[in-house]
Amino acid sequence: MKKIFTNLYNWVDERVDLSDIVKFMSKKYVPVHSHSIWYYFGGVSLFFFIIQVVTGILLLFYYKGSADLAYESIHFIMSKVEFGWLIRSIHAWSANLFVLAAFIHMFSVYFEKAYRKPREMTWITGMLMFFLALGFGFSGYLLPWNELAFFATKVGTDIAGVLPIIGEPIKIFLRGGEDVTGATLSRFFGFHVALFPGIFTVLLFIHLLLVQRQGMSEPLNEKVKKTMPFFPNFVLRDLLLWLVVLNLLAILAVFFPAELGIKADPLAPAPAGIKPEWYFLFMFQTLKYIPGYVLFIEGEILGIFLFGLAGILWVLVPFWDKKSEQGRQNKLVNYLGIFAVMFIIVMTIVGWLL
Amino acid sequence: MTQEIQKEKVQPRRDFLKYLLSSVTAGFGLIVFYPVFSFMKPPKQREVEVTSLKIGNVDDIEIGDSKIIRFGNKPVIVIRNGKEDFSALSATCTHLDCTVQYKKDESVIWCACHNGKYDLTGRNISGPPPRPLEKFKADVKNNEIIISKIV
Repeated sequence: MKKIFTNLYNWVDERVDLSDIVKFMSKKYVPVHSHSIWYYFGGVSLFFFIIQVVTGILLLFYYKGSADLAYESIHFIMSKVEFGWLIRSIHAWSANLFVLAAFIHMFSVYFEKAYRKPREMTWITGMLMFFLALGFGFSGYLLPWNELAFFATKVGTDIAGVLPIIGEPIKIFLRGGEDVTGATLSRFFGFHVALFPGIFTVLLFIHLLLVQRQGMSEPLNEKVKKTMPFFPNFVLRDLLLWLVVLNLLAILAVFFPAELGIKADPLAPAPAGIKPEWYFLFMFQTLKYIPGYVLFIEGEILGIFLFGLAGILWVLVPFWDKKSEQGRQNKLVNYLGIFAVMFIIVMTIVGWLL
Repeated sequence: MTQEIQKEKVQPRRDFLKYLLSSVTAGFGLIVFYPVFSFMKPPKQREVEVTSLKIGNVDDIEIGDSKIIRFGNKPVIVIRNGKEDFSALSATCTHLDCTVQYKKDESVIWCACHNGKYDLTGRNISGPPPRPLEKFKADVKNNEIIISKIV
């Protein structure tokens, strides 16, 4: 068996010279220090993404992306297909945990100032993937074509339509027409299974290539004395964590399977207690508190504008935080980060309870 | 000396070629992407212009009850206030597009999405809705309810 592998390796090596790649892989070391635990959340996010791709492809075997058939096809997956409930529930749970892991990964990178020169591009590609992850969540939420999803999509796309000038064209582009209909479902299906995964894969490739090439960022205020080889030591620890996460997913999927709800009916009134997915809740809740009009500006426009501005500042942090780049502490960045975390947590809890 | 003169002569020609090439490239890009963007823009569906609609018998809706019907592409809520007294309003909340419902116990029209409320004439009375609901005419003819647009 080993001989076959050696022969195969030699066969490829003779033609494309693998020595560079092996050297590239084996050269990397992972710093060991008191904040090392945060290094694992990128890998965990990656694992959830892999799970999403695998379970997503499986669901595609039975899912039908049309207003007449979507709900029924998922009902079929949940009730007739062997382990259909498991695959769908894992897809739903993994989606939520993917966003959570990405949140943690993002904030840890932010607080460690790991975005500082020379890792600006890693941060930007990561942020773009984070926004795509939210897009995955928003588009995937509609696919079961149930009542909650129908109205969540109506509200979500209508909020985009509030923006001056570009809002209305964006809304019509997203909805595939004036209203949320089967045309919207077809579009979201296309975004969810083709457009977003395509862009995400490219970004992920760049992101991982940069991490591999530049190595792990080291903390600003702690001298690193110890390191560990990326391969095999760190990879094996990563794999062990992935195994733990897979078990967690299985437990959640078995004990809290995904629900299907009632089929969307454009003539039914919106059900009480309608809420977006938890990762949109803090924005949704904030919009509720902004009054109808602030001076001359419509409240919703102001809210979207403020969130947009905060998002842009957040993405561009490597470019305005000059102190960290010079190896000094930047308290402002810390305070802004703590404020962001507190704001998101408080608003999410308030939105959850009310 | 002669070299310098040559250089001066050649430079504008080179610039011209550069401009030509970049405008051709830009134009070509436009020609390629125009159909792509146009494809993504949903085509205008010819809406069936509905001005009035028979929605059924008077007794299909009990007194003090309501029903949501499709009027063209939009939902309209029809409320029976009395024996032959019906009112009809657009059922689309003016806030963020959710579909409203009639709350019998409070005698209001309510939107569950963000707790917006309208009175039975469609006036926005509390919550986030910025405008009243659009009104429709509801008549009874030969025991049939007829909903029509107000012109």
